[in-house]
Amino acid sequence: MTPSSERSPSIAAFDCTQWTQLLEFSACEVFDIMLGTRLHAYVPSPVPDDDEFTALVGLAGSLCGVLSIRCANQSARIMASLMLGMPPEEVDNDSWDALGEVANMIAGNFKGKLSGIGNHCMLSVPTIIVGSDYKTRSLGPGKTLETVFDFDHKPLWVTLELHD
Amino acid sequence: MSPIRALIVDDSSVMRKIVERSLRQAGLDLSSVIEAGNGVEALGLLDSNSVDLILCDINMPVMDGLELVRHLQTIEKLRGVPVVMITTEGSESNVIQALSLGAKGYIRKPFTPDQVKEHVLPVLGA
Repeated sequence: MTPSSERSPSIAAFDCTQWTQLLEFSACEVFDIMLGTRLHAYVPSPVPDDDEFTALVGLAGSLCGVLSIRCANQSARIMASLMLGMPPEEVDNDSWDALGEVANMIAGNFKGKLSGIGNHCMLSVPTIIVGSDYKTRSLGPGKTLETVFDFDHKPLWVTLELHD
Repeated sequence: MSPIRALIVDDSSVMRKIVERSLRQAGLDLSSVIEAGNGVEALGLLDSNSVDLILCDINMPVMDGLELVRHLQTIEKLRGVPVVMITTEGSESNVIQALSLGAKGYIRKPFTPDQVKEHVLPVLGA
């Protein structure tokens, strides 16, 4: 039987602390370059109930898993307004599109920072979930990296679930 | 430089608008911009529109960007139109594949207007 480290080079290279930092850096870079805004660590505070959006991007190949970003409806609207340079009230369905594209760029940016691994990993087109009453279930063992940012005084979750 | 007719191919309408804005910020005089959400839509538009430049994502439904570039090389009137890929798929293997298929440039997302300028102007001979 092949040892697991040989079967899955991506998991063999996995370093939770380092990869979480890379994930944070990848997200910060996307927001800095494409939205012209800086992300900061989220300080928990009472958050009014708001509809949520989640964008999912699948990874397949040397890295298998799902990258997701989750935020309030209003946060996604502000992201779109910053990307498009228009007032938030003029943003319509573009907020879904913007969130998906941000997820896509964070995933691509992250895998690009994993030397020798990201070259053999493909991304799916993004999927958007509207609402927060849902569960996801992985079909195999894996690891989860998660980081929470403050975006417009609301939490923005960036999560990477990796499968063995 | 004479006015440019551009085709932007990306499944994200937000990204298409950003790319158009970046082209204008790069100093390009755009006489027309047409948009497609995937490779098949792009080929349909190219049936009835002439363009000087194509900017193209890779990951798209229906027909992806690499397949589109492959198709363009088989159509004589489109073979000479420069294609610049703008994509999150920025691995070396993707870059090599796109360039070997006929793309003239490659921009990784996220990108700045300066990067668009740096990669687009040379393929237009500017």
